[in-house]
Amino acid sequence: MIRVELPPHLRTLAKVRGEVQLDVPPPVTPRSVLDALEARYPALRGTIRDHVTRERRAFIRFFACSQDLSHDSPDTPLPAPVAQGTEPFIVLGAIAGG
Amino acid sequence: MSGVRLLVGTRKGAFVLTSDGKRKNWEVAGPHFAGWEIYHLKGSPADPNRIYASQTSGWFGQVIQRSDDGGKTWDAPGGGVTTGPGGMPTGESNKFVYDDSPETGKPLTTHQFYDGTQKPWVFKRVWHLEPSLDDPDAVYAGVEDAALFRSTDGGKSWKELPGLRGHGTGPNWQPGAGGMCLHTVLIDPKNPRRLFTAISAAGAFRSDDGGASWKPITKGLNSPFLPDPTAEVGHCVHRIAAHPSRPDTLYMQKHWDVLRSDDAGDNWKEVSGNLPTDFGFVIDVNANEPETVYVVPIKSDSEHFPLDGKLRVYRSRAGGNEWEALTNGLPQRDCYVNILRDAMSVDSLDRCGVYFGTTGGQVYASADDGDTWAPIVRDLPPVLSVEAQTLR
Repeated sequence: MIRVELPPHLRTLAKVRGEVQLDVPPPVTPRSVLDALEARYPALRGTIRDHVTRERRAFIRFFACSQDLSHDSPDTPLPAPVAQGTEPFIVLGAIAGG
Repeated sequence: MSGVRLLVGTRKGAFVLTSDGKRKNWEVAGPHFAGWEIYHLKGSPADPNRIYASQTSGWFGQVIQRSDDGGKTWDAPGGGVTTGPGGMPTGESNKFVYDDSPETGKPLTTHQFYDGTQKPWVFKRVWHLEPSLDDPDAVYAGVEDAALFRSTDGGKSWKELPGLRGHGTGPNWQPGAGGMCLHTVLIDPKNPRRLFTAISAAGAFRSDDGGASWKPITKGLNSPFLPDPTAEVGHCVHRIAAHPSRPDTLYMQKHWDVLRSDDAGDNWKEVSGNLPTDFGFVIDVNANEPETVYVVPIKSDSEHFPLDGKLRVYRSRAGGNEWEALTNGLPQRDCYVNILRDAMSVDSLDRCGVYFGTTGGQVYASADDGDTWAPIVRDLPPVLSVEAQTLR
């Protein structure tokens, strides 16, 4: 199972607590994880990626295994610990604003 | 037993304020959607417990929320958890996509930007939600970049009414300082196919065919900041209001100037009269007196606070021109808040309740047509919108 860590506002919107666990068939990539996330929690559609372009929203970041993966291709395989479920894929709201 | 429910949108959440018909003691519930900007909430006239809310965030974009129990609980319509393998998501409630189809969408892809260049239309947020007068599942959404959307399934999905952007002047529209927002939607209660919209800084528009086609209604507006002060589009209209019994009579608070039309916007005349300054954002009409109008004068377009630090609502009982200051209960020194365009509302009790919220977080109420005022709450986040629901 893939572990996904969401920012607090999106956990509230999805009505979940703690990490989300998703069954994602390989290859495990940001795109496949987000596709599975949005399929299970449709309220999150449009909040992480644009509805139409599917591009990451400007103030959203993707971290995993101490790496910033935000600017990687969405089809780049995620690190093995994420694919194996030992480390979470972290969706983060950038530190900005008041 | 009658009562009033105020739906208050703020920079950091939504609040629901309720009172009985006396309107002296209020209960404050919230914040709902804590930490999010709530641009607007509005209840359905056909079912007051059906309330729509625009929840936005610079991080996470637009969410539409809906309550079916008067604001106690909320859900993103169509956004529930899907279960089981292959369960396809149905949540489209946050999806606002401009119509560029060859069948209905005009080939209109750009508008003017501050620097005079053309920029593509990019959806940013919903500023205003206007539920249908008779169908709880139907609701209009005025959005930034300026366009009008409609849902007919309780907010689950949205479709643009492209005739507004596509009527011809769209490439000349440009943003006001707050963005290029469609912030006002009025439905004619005697003819629901007649709609009015207002856009900063494009102007005002009317449709007589349910939103399929539109025309600018700006004759009589004069905006010296435009190269052509009487141009058809480009006026920074801040708000339009009407009384349900006289839908052809419209009142407008423009960037500068308070105006009135008695022919559904075909012609406007200035009614600023003796106002100390005719800059402002809000305007509203007394529910029991169609010629009684309220504005809150703001010092200027560069100083968005009350003149002389005195918070004064001005009331005209003559449909404009002759205005009186209403000050009883409002701060008359050291007050430097603003009252944003969607932040005034009226109830329909006798006497009329008048309400407004400030960027300082106060919500003021009058239960006597504006004669006297008292704060309901003083320390909310900056108030973006106030809507009153009269419960009978």
